Amino acid sequence: MTDHTSVRAGTRRPQRYLPMQILLGFLVIYFLVPFWWVIVNSSKDAPGLFGGGNTLWFTDQIDYIGNLKQLFTYDGGIYLRWILNSTLYAIAGGVGATVLAVMAGYGFAKYRFAARRFSFAVVLGALMVPATALVIPTFIMFSRLGLTNTVWAVILPSLLNPFGVYLMHVYARDAVPDELLDAARVDGAGEVRTFLQIALPLMRPAVVTVLLLSAVASWNNYFLPLAMLSDNRLFPVTVGLGLWQGIASANNSGGTSLWSLIILGSLVSVLPLIIAFFSLQRHWRGGLSVGGLR
Amino acid sequence: MTLLTEKRAPRTQHEKRKIRGKVHLREHLMGWLFVGPFGVVFLAFLIAPLGYALYLSLFQKKLIGGTSFVLFDNYVKAFTDPSFLSGVWFVLRFSLVSIPLQILIALALALILDAVTTLFARFSRLMIFLPYAIPTVIGAVMWGFLYSKGFGPLTDIFGLFGATAPDFLSSDLIFYGLLNVVTWQWAGYYMIILYAALQGVDPTLYEAARMDGAGRWQIATRIKIPLIAPALILILVFSLIGTLQFFNEPQILRYLAAGTIGTDFTPNMYAYQQAFSLANFNYGSAISFALGGIVFICVYAFLFFTRKRRSFL
Repeated sequence: MTDHTSVRAGTRRPQRYLPMQILLGFLVIYFLVPFWWVIVNSSKDAPGLFGGGNTLWFTDQIDYIGNLKQLFTYDGGIYLRWILNSTLYAIAGGVGATVLAVMAGYGFAKYRFAARRFSFAVVLGALMVPATALVIPTFIMFSRLGLTNTVWAVILPSLLNPFGVYLMHVYARDAVPDELLDAARVDGAGEVRTFLQIALPLMRPAVVTVLLLSAVASWNNYFLPLAMLSDNRLFPVTVGLGLWQGIASANNSGGTSLWSLIILGSLVSVLPLIIAFFSLQRHWRGGLSVGGLR
Repeated sequence: MTLLTEKRAPRTQHEKRKIRGKVHLREHLMGWLFVGPFGVVFLAFLIAPLGYALYLSLFQKKLIGGTSFVLFDNYVKAFTDPSFLSGVWFVLRFSLVSIPLQILIALALALILDAVTTLFARFSRLMIFLPYAIPTVIGAVMWGFLYSKGFGPLTDIFGLFGATAPDFLSSDLIFYGLLNVVTWQWAGYYMIILYAALQGVDPTLYEAARMDGAGRWQIATRIKIPLIAPALILILVFSLIGTLQFFNEPQILRYLAAGTIGTDFTPNMYAYQQAFSLANFNYGSAISFALGGIVFICVYAFLFFTRKRRSFL
């Protein structure tokens, strides 16, 4: 009995159920196989890639540097441009969506204004609207305004994150005590200052979570930029690699060098987000429980 | 000062009614000030496009005679269009198989990771979550390589046993090929949400159950799972919405699986093809809107059947 409680109480005596750990081990292998394949095969040159041999192990030729050089110089360094575009879309879309969601969530949670219940119900209803159903009309609206094939066509629609508003609403409602806000007001702080200096620090875990979720959503977005952009110099890396994949598949033999670029390109493109997730782990995990719990 | 006390959340219906009339104009203004910027984006990129899609879907563009108002003709056409119907049938079938599978795996993993607290378990948790950080497009590209005859290890592995490797890009097995990609991509994310919910459960409940003689299995099925039911329903809804809009993975694997995945494989792909390849925006909008309607019906039906368990909407 006692050792069960002690784990929770914080003495951290590890619970090991060996069969379950073995099961976990197999699952970890399954989840890592694609990464392993990409890591191994991006080290190979074209003969190594196409010459048969073990597809899950290295050849004698390990040439990451040569392949990286090829990746970043191919077609005038278009790949680096795609990565930078993705970064721009993820940061602009992520930060913008988060700022709007934090403000709106706080507003819904802490002020009782006209039509609040109705507006919040509409926002919740919007969670069920398929995002892709919006792409076609948004495309036509933007083409009337001359905005298609610009960065705005990708950034502006990414500012919309109703789930972020819902998450922030729940979090602000529970983590920011009204008494504290009232105390700040008594001390003469304005509403904006109360929000920035009292409420915002308390909402930090949820803010980081919403920021990560929106940035990931922008970084991963494929349908929207695919529809909006025609100039490949504006493509994010997802659309760019999709383009290469299409070209390489279309001319099966001629696309030999493109295949190795796609493999290494996939590997390089996933590194930024993996690093972001690992380094921000402490911050976003607390926020995730919010959406699930209630 | 009296105003300040009014701002506190009222606890009872009675109090609420008493206060409602007196809420200061300033509170209305501040509330709208905070919600306003999001509201503008919401109107511009959600309400307006939805309305516009509905509007577009009511017209038809003909080579001769130009654009004309046809009311629901496009919808009648969609719901008798074998391309659209087969796409809808596919995503419905796919949802019925893939969502329970993903959630079962995620739930099992979350329960294991909640119980096992070794360093390896913590490492596993991160590794299993890793695919979420991968764009679905890249995930599909990676699995496409693993499935392919030329690059993939399947030929070698099955060759060891003298068997022919299954071709997950063939029309017989593409369903399972996609099922695997989707499970790999999302199970870890759902696991993290469920795990976070489990971590929020008050551990004294387990203690009480143990006192009453409950075993580990009983604690998991009778206490843990019911307590995280709201989280389960939340991810079920999200995966349902996502799966019915299936687009990225089949679109990417289409290049590798030539002939297996057509342009009308899922309703979203069909809408994309109609709008952007054939410039038939009216019919494309009608398909998107019809799909949106199907998503709405499915989600509300689901929420209706689970209404006792949920508390989040």
